[in-house]
Amino acid sequence: MPTDAIVVGAGVVGAACAEALAAAGLSVTVLESRFAAGGATAAAMGHLVVMDDSEAQFALTRLSRDLWTRRAGEMPPGCEDERTGTLWIAATEDELALVGNKAAFYRERGVDVAELDGGALAREEPNLRPGLAGALLVPDDRVVYPPNAARWLLSRAAARGARLVEGAEVSAIHGRRVATRTGDLEAACVVNATGAAAPLLTPGLPVAPRKGHLVITDRYPGFCRRQLVELGYLRSAHGASNESVAFNLQPRATGQMLLGSSREFAGFDASIRPAIRARMVLRALEYAPALAALSAIRTWTGFRPATPDNLPLIGAWPETPGLFVATGHEGLGITTALGTARLVADAVLGRTSPIDPAPYRPTRAFPGAAHA
Amino acid sequence: MRESVRLTVDGRAVLAEAGVTVAAALWNAGVLGLRRSVGGEARGVLCAMGICYECRVGIDGVPHRRACMELVADGMVIGTGAAAPDVPRPASRVPERVSVEADVAVIGAGPAGVAAACRAAESGARTLLLDDAAASGGQIHRRLPGQPPPEAARSWLERLERSGAQRIAGATVAEARREGEGFVLLADCGGAALAVTARRVILATGARELFLPFPGWTLPGVLGAGGAQALAKGGASLAGRIAVVAGSGPLLLAVAAHLAKAGAEVALVAEQAPLGALAIFGSALALAPGKLLEAARYRAAFSDTPFRTGAWIAEARGTDRVERVVVEDGSGRFEIPCDLAAVAHGLVPNTELARLLGCGTESGAVRVEAQQETTVPGVFAAGETCGVAGIDVAIAEGEIAGLAAAGRDASAAPPLLRARARGRSLARRMARAFRPRAELRRLARPDTVVCRCEDARLASIAACGAAREAKLAARAGMGPCQGRVCAPALEFLFGWDSDTVRPPARPVPLGHLAREETT
Ligand SMILES: Cc1cc2nc3c(=O)[nH]c(=O)nc-3n(C[C@H](O)[C@H](O)[C@H](O)COP(=O)(O)OP(=O)(O)OC[C@H]3O[C@@H](n4cnc5c(N)ncnc54)[C@H](O)[C@@H]3O)c2cc1C
Ligand SMILES: Cc1cc2nc3c(=O)[nH]c(=O)nc-3n(C[C@H](O)[C@H](O)[C@H](O)COP(=O)(O)OP(=O)(O)OC[C@H]3O[C@@H](n4cnc5c(N)ncnc54)[C@H](O)[C@@H]3O)c2cc1C
Repeated sequence: MPTDAIVVGAGVVGAACAEALAAAGLSVTVLESRFAAGGATAAAMGHLVVMDDSEAQFALTRLSRDLWTRRAGEMPPGCEDERTGTLWIAATEDELALVGNKAAFYRERGVDVAELDGGALAREEPNLRPGLAGALLVPDDRVVYPPNAARWLLSRAAARGARLVEGAEVSAIHGRRVATRTGDLEAACVVNATGAAAPLLTPGLPVAPRKGHLVITDRYPGFCRRQLVELGYLRSAHGASNESVAFNLQPRATGQMLLGSSREFAGFDASIRPAIRARMVLRALEYAPALAALSAIRTWTGFRPATPDNLPLIGAWPETPGLFVATGHEGLGITTALGTARLVADAVLGRTSPIDPAPYRPTRAFPGAAHA
Repeated sequence: MRESVRLTVDGRAVLAEAGVTVAAALWNAGVLGLRRSVGGEARGVLCAMGICYECRVGIDGVPHRRACMELVADGMVIGTGAAAPDVPRPASRVPERVSVEADVAVIGAGPAGVAAACRAAESGARTLLLDDAAASGGQIHRRLPGQPPPEAARSWLERLERSGAQRIAGATVAEARREGEGFVLLADCGGAALAVTARRVILATGARELFLPFPGWTLPGVLGAGGAQALAKGGASLAGRIAVVAGSGPLLLAVAAHLAKAGAEVALVAEQAPLGALAIFGSALALAPGKLLEAARYRAAFSDTPFRTGAWIAEARGTDRVERVVVEDGSGRFEIPCDLAAVAHGLVPNTELARLLGCGTESGAVRVEAQQETTVPGVFAAGETCGVAGIDVAIAEGEIAGLAAAGRDASAAPPLLRARARGRSLARRMARAFRPRAELRRLARPDTVVCRCEDARLASIAACGAAREAKLAARAGMGPCQGRVCAPALEFLFGWDSDTVRPPARPVPLGHLAREETT
């Protein structure tokens, strides 16, 4: 069967791209080496969050979060979509000053926020330790269950005629032709959406796996209501150090508490490292000591597809005509999947995008690539 | 009768016998539904040995305590179902952390672990014996602390006393890993963290029951077979209760005898295996006269009870607890009213810690070589974790492992090797005779809960292609029992291998994970 587009990889990014291309009327085939939504997408927290590290990061996360919000009503219950909001927590008065800057940044760009002082924060989240300086509340941020959100996107794509083939590993992409164990497949365009594995199929893509640990607890409904993130999170996420942790606590719709997060470059070694997990838990206990008594039931790791400038790689890969890439989403790929899909479909169809695609162009210069 | 303690259960004053388990006290007070499931169903005790996490209640302000493992105390406040607290009361103290070093750490104080600890300590190794339960003895000799051990266990437990091995009861081992030349274990000990550093580890974690889903199996009052026995051993009164014992394996007879002795009226024992298969097994038993005597003795204990082969429970019915079961025998169905259904289809080795350590497994059991060493040098395994073969094999393997872990050569002890070989070969025949029949695959309906922690139902699981996918998409195996109940059922129903084990292998207070000095 001839097909207009082949999407390689059925993580959340591939799923969203498949849906957007199918919605545009293309016939789409998704090739997934294992099973859908089993990669980084299965490991992620599913925080849909507007970020302010750079204008480009803001533009993509804001567009994407709003796209998720618009579709919230369509998602089946298994997606566990909830408008939890985010609390960016300032531990000290110095940090509280930064909350002011952050609030101004969001407000100027039309994102709803509220500033909380220490007392208001304590009332909002009584299980945080007393004495924290305050927080910035972003009330419209959300949480989903990523693997099922990705599956739902795939089902929407399928409803528009897209075909998902699981257990179909792509061994090479030769322009508009991809090679699999059962033979070659051709299409007018191919999208490499294989996450951290993308450079294996498209050599030269500056993507490296950045490992993260998560711990989940038994169900404690009401322990916290918002996604709680320390204000210094970006230092961990975007700092130069090879290894970092930050307080990041998420209330799941199930009542479970999901605790992150750590970052390290360790290749594709998925093993759990008790030492970095301990640092992560200790960090969390500094903010929410009551966590110590909750039953932890599982730890796992996942690989964020990281790039040197913390922005994803979205668009045509000119070296190979017909090839588009959509990877490098680091710790924001659940959020940015919908915006990415929009940019990919626009690039494929030659449409104008709602945001400037230039900052995400895969061939952009990477100044001072401090990347391992 | 022993002295009484005062409990508050869901705001109501309840008197309980001192020293019994919380699960037994609640059972005796007529409280069978202990928690509300994710989907709002009442759930009660299932395994009664600490692995299924179905009996979670709130105790003194802390949610998710296992009623089957906790003992009552005067003034205890218990909340069940919606009356259980959602979130723990803020801790009054930071959990302590205790570090212990040993030459040999033995996990599990059943017959295998006790024998291993004796042999290792007697050989001069500093030996530490850890068990989740409050008293040593394992599943077969399960008892309350302070109760004298049964006759059969006494000599080994006295020998353990003399051996110099250090025992820590109530220690739930949650993690195990290699660290430098040795191993590190992390356990929870009644809320305190215990870190063990050992040069050698012996895994003697035994087995749990195999539960296969059927409509109504989640009703309170439907327990495991060994589960019902363990509940009774924990102090539950069965006087006047009508019980049906069903499933498969020699354990059914032992359980029926035990329940009858505890005052229950056993209305039926239903063995799913056909008579023919059992006859072949019976002739194998003739080679092991001890076993035959044992079976005869059990049979005598409930000689008025109908015993049927080729029959199984197809459904349990009741509103908030089991009221009757539907039994099927291939030619028809009939109903039996009952207060208690004790159902299990044999045993499944507990291999989670072994798999965390990277030990190889085969047919669901830990692989060992002649000296009981696993594929990971320095890690030994003994007893049912290596395959279900009964107490004699467990003891022989424990002895071999204990000697070997202490650096002695067990091949100098031929009687041990012979006992092991005899028992293992009998076990293979037994496994064949009691293999669950294909009809049992068709009992669960599309809306039957298969993963009890998460209320994942058959239809949503059947839409997946592998255990890991069923976990991610349908939440099967995502809860606190971590698939211990549903993974073997999924293997039976769909032929799926269980997903990789992720630490902690048992739920443990998050604070315990906060201090790891090493890499
Ligand atoms: C610990 C952790 C927490 C996170 N938390 C969040 C969060 O809260 N919010 C957020 O927005 N993001 C979060 N992320 C980031 C998010 O998980 C990723 O950015 C996102 O999942 C990337 O999606 P993907 O589709 O690109 O990759 P993947 O999900 O990895 O999908 C790639 C797919 O391609 C397949 N594949 C690979 N090679 C081939 C081949 N040769 N042929 C065919 N198929 C192939 C893989 O099997 C896989 O299914 C987190 C990540 C981690 C690790
Ligand atoms: C529920 C049940 C009832 C049984 N009843 C009978 C009977 O009546 N008659 C009979 O002949 N046989 C019975 N058996 C079989 C009998 O247990 C075995 O034949 C044999 O005694 C097994 O010995 P073991 O030492 O290998 O394991 P077990 O006796 O099962 O001992 C294993 C021990 O390891 C502990 N453990 C497991 N995991 C951990 C952990 N992570 N941390 C700390 N401790 C841990 C457990 O608490 C347990 O005490 C029963 C088995 C089960 C499962």
